[in-house]
Amino acid sequence: MHELNIAGNIADMVRREMSERGLSQVEAISLRLGRMTDVNPDALSFGFGVITRDTELAGAKLIIEEIPVAAKCHQCEREFDVPEFSFSCPSCGSNAVRLIRGMELEIASLEVVENTSATSL
Amino acid sequence: MMDKIAIEKKVLSENDKLAGSLRERLTAHRILCLNLVSSPGSGKTSLLEKTIAALNSEFRIALIAGDVQTENDARRLKRAGGKVVFPIVTGGRCHLDARMVTSITDQLSLDDLDILLVENVGNLVCPSSYDLGEDMKVVLISTTEGDDKPLKYPGMFLRSSVMVINKIDLLGSSDFDMATVKQNARSINGQLIMFELSCRTGAGLAPWNQWLGEQAKRKRSR
Repeated sequence: MHELNIAGNIADMVRREMSERGLSQVEAISLRLGRMTDVNPDALSFGFGVITRDTELAGAKLIIEEIPVAAKCHQCEREFDVPEFSFSCPSCGSNAVRLIRGMELEIASLEVVENTSATSL
Repeated sequence: MMDKIAIEKKVLSENDKLAGSLRERLTAHRILCLNLVSSPGSGKTSLLEKTIAALNSEFRIALIAGDVQTENDARRLKRAGGKVVFPIVTGGRCHLDARMVTSITDQLSLDDLDILLVENVGNLVCPSSYDLGEDMKVVLISTTEGDDKPLKYPGMFLRSSVMVINKIDLLGSSDFDMATVKQNARSINGQLIMFELSCRTGAGLAPWNQWLGEQAKRKRSR
């Protein structure tokens, strides 16, 4: 259940952005979450709701975009989706492959009500 | 009207930054660092006990033993001959992070060290998100577990460079199949280096110790 820690990291980062940008309220936080991160989106949303209760982030929604896993073959350079975590190249069969998508754990953007920000356009 | 503000920042960037600078420091001191991960009970502490016993005379080894509660593992490692052993009691947290490891390495005399072995909390999920500044992750699995574990926990097996299969003395006592576990692991990560051993009987420990020694020497001569 490291999702609670990660929810705390997200809340800290958003608070920092808010103070740097002079925002008083954030409506939603858009997150990109790769399927290979071992982070459960439901547990993350639940944890985020719990730790932001009674804070300035109370009610802020976590919008999670799950990113499917994709890899690239070292041998033949083919890029391919990895739906079942089977990391061998569908073209040449090599399992010398590199993950190119699915490890994302990043805040993409914040949604704020217009005019709560002095700096946003 | 809603406004969208682009942020584009990694959530674990602080941990990654700490881990990155730790990696640089360890590499500057030519110290090999391994991060041992597994389910509870696969034999991380047992493997470290055997490793210390084999390599203590040739290499200067420091150990960090992470546990949710108790310093039992650290005590075991000291009894096994560990000269520099630090416990990390996480107090319920399910993984080690780079900050915890950095606070220990700050207390170490890095000039007097060849190998740093970090025993993570027994957990195949949470530790995979946290870079500790290691050269490699070593994932352990034992023959009393399911041979489909690599498929169930692909994140950890993908991020690991080495897989150690422990408790081979118990092969045949369960439905665990050696060929199946290897095939499952390779389907996740075709570059995994594999060792089969038994910490209890000592079978298969020699190739592991030799490999580890070679890695340390390679790092030292860089």
